[in-house]
Amino acid sequence: MSNEQPNGKNILEIVRHAVEVHGKTREELIPILQEINRQYGFIPSQGLEEVARLLQIPKSQVFSVATFYHMLNVKEMGRHIILFCESAPCHVVGGREVWRRLKQELKIDAGETTPDKKWSLVTVSCLGVCGVGPVIVIDEDMYGNVTPEMIPDILARYN
Amino acid sequence: MKIYRSMVLISSDPKSMLYGAEEVFQRFQKEIEDRGLQDEVQVSMVGDLGRHEVHPIVIVYPEAVLYGPVKVENVPQIVEEHLYKGRIVPELQLSAQELSGRIAWLTARKGTLPAEQRIVLERAGVIDPANIEDYILHDGYAALGKVLTSMKPEEVIAEVQKSGLKGRGGAGFPTGLKWSFVAKAPGTKKYVICNADESEPGTFKDRVILEGDPHAILEAMAIAGYAVGADEGYIYVRGEYALAQERLAIAIAQAKEYGFLGKNIFGTEFNFEIHVHSGAGAYICGEETALIESIEGKRGEPRARPPYPTTHGLWGKPTLVNNVETLANIPPILRNGAEWYRKFGTPSSPGTKVYTILGNVNNTGLIEVPMGITLREVIAIYGRGMKNGRTFKLAQTGGSSGSVIPASLQDTPMDFESYNKAGVSLGSGALLICDEDTCVVDLAKVLMNFFRRESCGKCTPCRIGTYRAYQILQRISEGQGVLKDLDELLSLSENLVNLSNCGLGQTAATPIKDILKYFRAEVEAHIRLGVCPTGVCTMLPEKTPQET
Ligand SMILES: Cc1cc2nc3c(=O)[nH]c(=O)nc-3n(C[C@H](O)[C@H](O)[C@H](O)COP(=O)(O)O)c2cc1C
Ligand code: SF4
Ligand code: FES
Repeated sequence: MSNEQPNGKNILEIVRHAVEVHGKTREELIPILQEINRQYGFIPSQGLEEVARLLQIPKSQVFSVATFYHMLNVKEMGRHIILFCESAPCHVVGGREVWRRLKQELKIDAGETTPDKKWSLVTVSCLGVCGVGPVIVIDEDMYGNVTPEMIPDILARYN
Repeated sequence: MKIYRSMVLISSDPKSMLYGAEEVFQRFQKEIEDRGLQDEVQVSMVGDLGRHEVHPIVIVYPEAVLYGPVKVENVPQIVEEHLYKGRIVPELQLSAQELSGRIAWLTARKGTLPAEQRIVLERAGVIDPANIEDYILHDGYAALGKVLTSMKPEEVIAEVQKSGLKGRGGAGFPTGLKWSFVAKAPGTKKYVICNADESEPGTFKDRVILEGDPHAILEAMAIAGYAVGADEGYIYVRGEYALAQERLAIAIAQAKEYGFLGKNIFGTEFNFEIHVHSGAGAYICGEETALIESIEGKRGEPRARPPYPTTHGLWGKPTLVNNVETLANIPPILRNGAEWYRKFGTPSSPGTKVYTILGNVNNTGLIEVPMGITLREVIAIYGRGMKNGRTFKLAQTGGSSGSVIPASLQDTPMDFESYNKAGVSLGSGALLICDEDTCVVDLAKVLMNFFRRESCGKCTPCRIGTYRAYQILQRISEGQGVLKDLDELLSLSENLVNLSNCGLGQTAATPIKDILKYFRAEVEAHIRLGVCPTGVCTMLPEKTPQET
């Protein structure tokens, strides 16, 4: 595997920088992983190995922590990540229909990435903005009171 | 400290930001400067104002006028007319119709609208959360000063005990009693943790407190630290709450600068430091021992209990874990005394409770009301009734692990004691209101899907049990159920309650048990007749969602 992202970011540099900023303690493992995830989009196994080496934590433990938390991705994601809230409060106010439309438009299922690597569709639990359900988040943008009809328009904003 | 003639507050919850709150803020600043009003008018971004259909909202004090939704183009007019000439702009005001019982200054509108009782949300949406002076002006750090200079730690604990405050994080454990356990625990190094993980579906009350009034939590934690003998605190904030994390970081820096955190606070011997720790997306990390594991840099898997965190918590040291809302009650209790606090709510559950109202009501959002009001009142007054004139069918109280209650329980007072007696859990205070179009099988399935995915997987009854229950419910909603499934659901529920290691597994089956208790006929109709009485279930096979 190459250690360069298409945008030219180097995973080993990112890891070293994150470790430097946060410090080499076990307590900082999760913040370090979050930082790498933010910078690189996901944490490739090479990155996890480097973290293990620098922090002197067994590799298995670093992998196990990285796969436990939903906000950390260990596999490559699409350019845009769609988070769909599937919790009950959003569901009750029309989430089901929004979900069906999303799947129909993207032709992928939960946890999948489109073949052109443009979209990843991820189901999540409550995002804490239930007052405006149904809710989806694309990258950093939050959409509330979403209806199925809005989906094509919303998706068209991203390229 | 500067005193301003007017204050302009702009909502800055995530939705408002999306609808241009930042640009509105900048435009206000520019227009105000252009007119040379910058020494008279203060403009601030505040947190979530608890209103979820108008974005962004702008409040102008002292008149407490609400404008919304405000667009950048509207700003010059508001500045020119209202702030410069003193004339309210009626066409930009929120219509009376849209005003409901959910925003901070409603007590000022007594007579026209039902007033809330705000203790913990007293300042959220009223002050600038990024300005410590604003907090101080509104009684901020007065309780800490009083406690440190005139009370012994045991007197502080006694006062909290006398107030009757019970934990607002879900279990309702008496706060003063928990404090006394930590205070009595042997050892000199102790910790205070503020549990701001808040991932219970339907709950965002803690976010509103953190975004709108972050200093209140710092003050409360310092008081708690003094009372139990801790000199270090952690705030574990849900990973998705970026704005709350940012506000807390600002508040901590300011509090240090003013000497309310750090060494020799208020010139006394007392030292207290606070760190913010971000979650990384895991519901289970709200469970206090899982939270502690997570701060230590591990997978958030609950520890076996006992020993409890009160004696063996963070890094094995005695640790106090309290919810955000619980802590937000502390400064007012110590400022005004336990007697004062007991005037609100009911004798066994004093104080107020913050609720989030969601689902099929006209107004969704957040309220703070005295303990003991009823669900019927909440729906009618603050929810402004059921949406589209529909009929109330059921409510789920307390988030996903909460109870499902039918219409017959609508008049039970919402306080810990009455709800316990009725077998209902108040949980985190989320109220999901559902109308007649809600299918109970579908609802149970969605809830079980939540537990299936959020189970940490450490113990088998929970890992397998939630998955199995989910599959059964899915089969029933596909028209493939058999009556025996209901017995299996019940026995699975028993196993979850009795054999699970932590609260997640122990409460996962609560909604299923309630649904089978109150709505069994509807579930049976799916099985016997092969139809969903509400028409929600497809009765067609669906793909089981994969693990994500
Ligand atoms: C699965 C699970 C999730 C929980 N999530 C939270 C949470 O997000 N916030 C919270 O304050 N308490 C949560 N709790 C309760 C905490 O374990 C703990 O009881 C609480 O923080 C104590 O604070 P209190 O006494 O102030 O209520 C959760 C419990 C369980 C079992
Ligand atoms: S009950 Fe569930 S969430 Fe709790 S420890 Fe067991 S597997 Fe984990
Ligand atoms: S339930 Fe969807 S954001 Fe809370």
